[in-house]
Amino acid sequence: MSPVLDTAAGAAPPRRRRRLRPADRLHRALFHLAGIIVAVLFLAPIAFLVLAAFRPAAEAVSPPLPPWPKAGPSLDSFARLDAFGEGIWHYAGNSLIVAVATGALTILVSVLAGYGFSRYRFPLKGVVFVLILATIMVPFQSILTPLFLVLAKLGLQNSLVGLVLIYVTLQLPFSVFMMRNAFDAIPKEIEEAARIDGVRGLKLLLRVLAPLALPGIVSVGLFAFLNAWNEFLAALVFLTDERNYTLPVMMMVVRQGRFGSIDWGALQAGVTLMMIPCLLLFLALQRFYIRGLTAGAVK
Amino acid sequence: MSAITGQALAARPAVSPRRSRRRRRDLAGLLYVAPALALVLFVLPLGMTVWMSLHNWPLLGLPRWIGLANYKALWNDKAFWRSLGFTAHYTLFATIGLLGTGLALALFAQGTGRVVALYRTAFFLPVVIGFASASLLWAWLANVDSGLFPALFEALGLTSGRVNILATFDPAFWSVTVMVVWKMAGFYMVILMSGLQAIPADYTEAARIDGASALQRFRHITLPLIRRPFALALVLCVSGSMLAFDQFYIILAGGPQNQTVTAVYWIFNTSFVSFRLGYGAALSMVLLVILVALSVVQMWLLRDKEEAR
Repeated sequence: MSPVLDTAAGAAPPRRRRRLRPADRLHRALFHLAGIIVAVLFLAPIAFLVLAAFRPAAEAVSPPLPPWPKAGPSLDSFARLDAFGEGIWHYAGNSLIVAVATGALTILVSVLAGYGFSRYRFPLKGVVFVLILATIMVPFQSILTPLFLVLAKLGLQNSLVGLVLIYVTLQLPFSVFMMRNAFDAIPKEIEEAARIDGVRGLKLLLRVLAPLALPGIVSVGLFAFLNAWNEFLAALVFLTDERNYTLPVMMMVVRQGRFGSIDWGALQAGVTLMMIPCLLLFLALQRFYIRGLTAGAVK
Repeated sequence: MSAITGQALAARPAVSPRRSRRRRRDLAGLLYVAPALALVLFVLPLGMTVWMSLHNWPLLGLPRWIGLANYKALWNDKAFWRSLGFTAHYTLFATIGLLGTGLALALFAQGTGRVVALYRTAFFLPVVIGFASASLLWAWLANVDSGLFPALFEALGLTSGRVNILATFDPAFWSVTVMVVWKMAGFYMVILMSGLQAIPADYTEAARIDGASALQRFRHITLPLIRRPFALALVLCVSGSMLAFDQFYIILAGGPQNQTVTAVYWIFNTSFVSFRLGYGAALSMVLLVILVALSVVQMWLLRDKEEAR
């Protein structure tokens, strides 16, 4: 297990090398037993919810013991969920528009800014960079009230466009920082070579540098998408017309219930829809997610 | 490049070629950065918060300058101080739970190998699903009629009959806190692990050869060396918990008896339910000052010894 034990085993004859000492084997078994139990505990709530979402209407009201549909899976809960408001796909569409637009705009703005900060010199550059980073210190919850008025003045209140602008702003400090580091890591020689070949300006950025900074771009876009998809408080405050609700706000309507009773089956179906994109994106792009997280953490 | 300088020279022969080139580069740099700046200007509302907090500012109708009256009213606002007190209470337990669990998970799963990587992924999955989803999920799990926990506790014989755990303060508070630990522990695991993995293996080996026990190695090698990521985790955890809203709004709606209204929840109520925007801005300023002070104190407490000199 430890390097010392490994080298000791390496010096031993080959037949004994494979076999661990009984104490080590017990240790390893206990380690994996604990690992499996804790992993199951962490995954169980998600698994319970997804399984329970496929229970038929008759079972949906009872506690999830067991969570899976006893009488075979059914889409009842999803059908009842679809009966809320404009239909669930309308709200899923709102969420998707907001999340994709936030991701795209964040990438666009932070790539340009990161490139500018990494490769150009201009007056007050240091001050401006620190200013952008410093906004991370101001929690958005504390400027919610004036933000509400600013958006109302601009006519962007109760609009998905306004929400996207806010989300992008919240993503920028982290994203600009990430992108500046990504461009800093690209050797200047590559740029010089491209310049000599006559590629410059935006073309240089898009054709030559952006592909090299792709891991950083994916991290930035992933975080922006997931945060916009999951954000709740700003959407709750700024969206007043039910037609514009994103999924989390719409699910509050389901959670509050109708005629004094809550349709838990519909709630399970809705939360399943909210979780699946996050889980799939994370599992597919795990590397970029963790890298973004630790890159933000190191500094 | 030469074509550009050529044009510039033709246009303004008085400026030396080098200077105009640099000016162009300056301009280009500013252009690249400009969109980011335009959006960050959204943060100007910070100044506006201060301005608004000095007014009686209804949603409709004209704001009226009232000086420091909002802050005076706030001083005697029992509900606000109670919400701050509850937020501090929650922050204390959530931080202990999160950093304790996060560190335990990090120590457990720091090894290499495919199976350990799978464990890490499992521990981390709840982090990516969002607070609203997790809170809605927990609202169902803790529900007395069709949720898991009350039925499970009854089946295990822990409670006699099915008990509504969200109806009284302590079980309600703990079920939310457990939810937060479940959801966010993986995040702090990753942050702390970035520190653990930076510890050179020779250090622990040398200590082991010198006969230091596992506990001594942890206390004298691991803990001092993960100081930096630990400070970051602490600051993130405390400020995140002080800003808690989603979970208490969605799971408990501030209940039972408004005992779980957090500071942000109270500001939300003031500004967007009662529409007393000026007063809400004053409350926001107080919360902001507290948050910045907390961060400064934590960074100071956990500063590196060398930097302190």
